[in-house]
Amino acid sequence: MPDDTDRRILRQLQADPFASTAELAERAGVSAAVAWRRLEKLTSAGVLESVEAVVDWRALGYGVEVSLRITLNKTQTNAFDEMSAAARLVPEVTEIQTFLGRVDLRLTVLARDMAHYTQTYRDRILTLPHIQDIEQLMLISTVKDEQALPI
Amino acid sequence: MSLDLDDLDRSILRALAADARQPASAIGRSVGLSQPATWRRVKRMEDAGILSGRRVRLNAAKLGFDVTVFLGVKLATKGRSSVADFERAISAVPEVQLVQHVLGAYDYRLRVVARDLSDFERILRRRIMTLPGVGEVEANVLLSEERRPGPIG
Repeated sequence: MPDDTDRRILRQLQADPFASTAELAERAGVSAAVAWRRLEKLTSAGVLESVEAVVDWRALGYGVEVSLRITLNKTQTNAFDEMSAAARLVPEVTEIQTFLGRVDLRLTVLARDMAHYTQTYRDRILTLPHIQDIEQLMLISTVKDEQALPI
Repeated sequence: MSLDLDDLDRSILRALAADARQPASAIGRSVGLSQPATWRRVKRMEDAGILSGRRVRLNAAKLGFDVTVFLGVKLATKGRSSVADFERAISAVPEVQLVQHVLGAYDYRLRVVARDLSDFERILRRRIMTLPGVGEVEANVLLSEERRPGPIG
């Protein structure tokens, strides 16, 4: 389990993912060597999974984002696996999540515009296996997207 | 507004989306470009706003956050001021990682992290249900999640 020093360094990294190890060290109040060693250890332990570039899909021409909340026909034993495998083949799908609750599975689907979305929905989504019901939530705006952990 | 990307640009985007800290020389080697040529393409995509920042991915469970819940929230009262009040108040809750205004059966989608289910219940009751305008709330507990490269894949 990460200790206080680890958490301080990770907190600084979350606050500024562009910071160098030396800058993180200074802000966390440790030496650069300590920060470097801790980050190496946190990475190899799988605590720090990655620092990723954020792709702005709107700037790439994908102006429509829809969250599809799917109820599966669970009388089919492999419904989750077969659905996930089929959804991986649809390039417009950016997220596949499974849930415990009223919703079984959720997909995030991107499209260039409404015409492209309608076509994707009909040709690639409705043809996915074991769907019992789908609810669509269309993204209007993202108010907060930090995905930072309150450590 | 949208830049025409070729296969090399898409390969570079994929590489950066997996690891933003790798040097241009390493990305160049993997896609078959020189370091300066790679750097120019990265710069062009940054200038076009396609590369819009960086995100740190931490393993929630290994940091003691065992539960992630998605909430669908309906506002009981609508109107410009209640929407603004709700958005401001919900964004200030540290356990709420994502707030999206949506069109459909719910008004908002929230992603909430918690240490365990009782911690989640505390956050829901004390920090979320008490916010102005909150009406019906639906909770679904995340079991697994997978991110895909999307249309650049």
